[in-house]
Amino acid sequence: MLVLWIVLGIVAILIIAFIAIFNGLVGLRNQVKNAWAQIDVQLKRRYDLIPNLVETVKGYMKHERETMEAVTNARNMAQQSASAGAGARAKVEGELGAALGKLIAVAESYPDLKANQNFLALQEELTSTENKISFSRQFYNDTVLKLNNQIQMFPSSIVAGMAGFKAAEFFETISAEERAAPKVSFSS
Amino acid sequence: MWEQIRSNQIRSVVLVVVMGALLLLVGYFLGLYFFDSGIGGLVLASFIWAVMNLVAYFQGDSILLGLSGAKKITRDDHPRLYNVVEEMKIASGLEKMPDIYIIDDQAMNAFATGRDPGKASIAVTSGLLQKLNRDELQGVVGHELSHINNRDVLLMALCSVLLGTIVILAWYGSRFMIFGGMGGSRRSSSSGGGGTAQLIIIVVALVLMILAPILAQLIYFAISRKREYLADASSALYTRYPEGLASALEKLAASTEQLKSANQATAPMYIINPFRKGGRAATDLTSTHPPISERIRVLRAMSGASYIDYDQAYRQIRGAGKGIVPASEVALASAVALRAGSPRVEKDEPGELQRARETSSALWQLNKYKTIDCECGTRLRIPPNFKATEVKCPHCGRVHQV
Repeated sequence: MLVLWIVLGIVAILIIAFIAIFNGLVGLRNQVKNAWAQIDVQLKRRYDLIPNLVETVKGYMKHERETMEAVTNARNMAQQSASAGAGARAKVEGELGAALGKLIAVAESYPDLKANQNFLALQEELTSTENKISFSRQFYNDTVLKLNNQIQMFPSSIVAGMAGFKAAEFFETISAEERAAPKVSFSS
Repeated sequence: MWEQIRSNQIRSVVLVVVMGALLLLVGYFLGLYFFDSGIGGLVLASFIWAVMNLVAYFQGDSILLGLSGAKKITRDDHPRLYNVVEEMKIASGLEKMPDIYIIDDQAMNAFATGRDPGKASIAVTSGLLQKLNRDELQGVVGHELSHINNRDVLLMALCSVLLGTIVILAWYGSRFMIFGGMGGSRRSSSSGGGGTAQLIIIVVALVLMILAPILAQLIYFAISRKREYLADASSALYTRYPEGLASALEKLAASTEQLKSANQATAPMYIINPFRKGGRAATDLTSTHPPISERIRVLRAMSGASYIDYDQAYRQIRGAGKGIVPASEVALASAVALRAGSPRVEKDEPGELQRARETSSALWQLNKYKTIDCECGTRLRIPPNFKATEVKCPHCGRVHQV
């Protein structure tokens, strides 16, 4: 009789532990989804800002057609792959960031433009959006790291294996230079 | 790593419990002295405490914001501040955007309030907005948001209510004992002349009346100092750039303006002690905040942005074996690299003059002034009680419709 109770007790503890770990994993997975949505919001915000920027800048810099086109193209490319996975998306977004950085750097040499209120407001919005992108990426990657650690570490790895949790993908720009590049440089 | 620094708050909890015990002790002896019943005193003390807690819980943030004269802003009033708060909200993983307030004061300070992360507010002074660049502002806002995220606001509210109750009880208790005709004789007849016991109660009660408020205050300060270090650590983790907060603190330390609207009870809510006297190293027990120079040195000694790095830097600077970050957090943390400062900071950041204009413009707007830009470059501010329909530019004489 005693043995039966002990066995029942152990089973109960195992079940409770299973449920607790499972719920923890689900919570983390939702957090990852949430964090991804945050990045998505900011990237979309950047898509929205670019036509405005190009419109504002166009009148001032007629000889920089190529630079502007590069930004517009990169933006359209990025928007098309908006439903791709984190890894693939990071690549196109990195290119967009670089093209945008180039446009802003060129804009710096137009003093009239820098006196334009509209441009200044856009500049603040762009700076902030770039920051938000990198902060949301930072938060996303940290959350992914936490989820992946749980999936690989014992004992949660057992639960993760049984319930079919998959490791999430990091959102990383490819090279170290590109990681530094998306910071829009407004320096003159 | 993003777990709030909540887990290992044992020390804070112990200190709160000690404060609670102190309150009950004061109540017990007051009861024994005045109504011959310790339990009666306990009930009274608990009742006062409960009422004050309820007020603090439901009204605390509006009282605090009201006392400091803070005005709520929207995105349009001050886009830069709004954006920086939103950036830090994203970095800290807060779910809801906190309300943002500006205090019209040349002193540099900031505080956060709100009982839970879903109902939080952050207030900064206009002096702060003028003098800090974006990276520095980020550091300060990160510090305040981590107070919200770490539930420090709630802990500090709990402590300040405990402290307040003890102070009130002790104040009234001692006044009644001294000026209330020493009720001892009245009671000695009813309790049947326990002379020595009476004397002991009177002595203990008197000593408690004097010591309890002081003791409670010391505990309060100890808790608050620890929370400041932890908030600095979180801010460094959110921004990945401890230098921003360090240089902000440096500017704050150098400023000599005193915040007009702060008082002793609200002091621990601010990022730096609003009552700090110039040049005094606040290492003593009676300070709500750690010395700024030490906070700066710890931040600058960090070799990464994680809690481990902060803990190491803290030990190195303090020369202490014991770190500041709870062990459970250190164990969870993984290495986090620092980022470089924003490249634009030096040249293109709005300069101090521009920031001053931006801030004063926000304040005009908050006070419901209308703005008219004249073609000659003059900016006219029209007060809300201006009745005429036209106004003449004082500079060039053009007439504008209001």
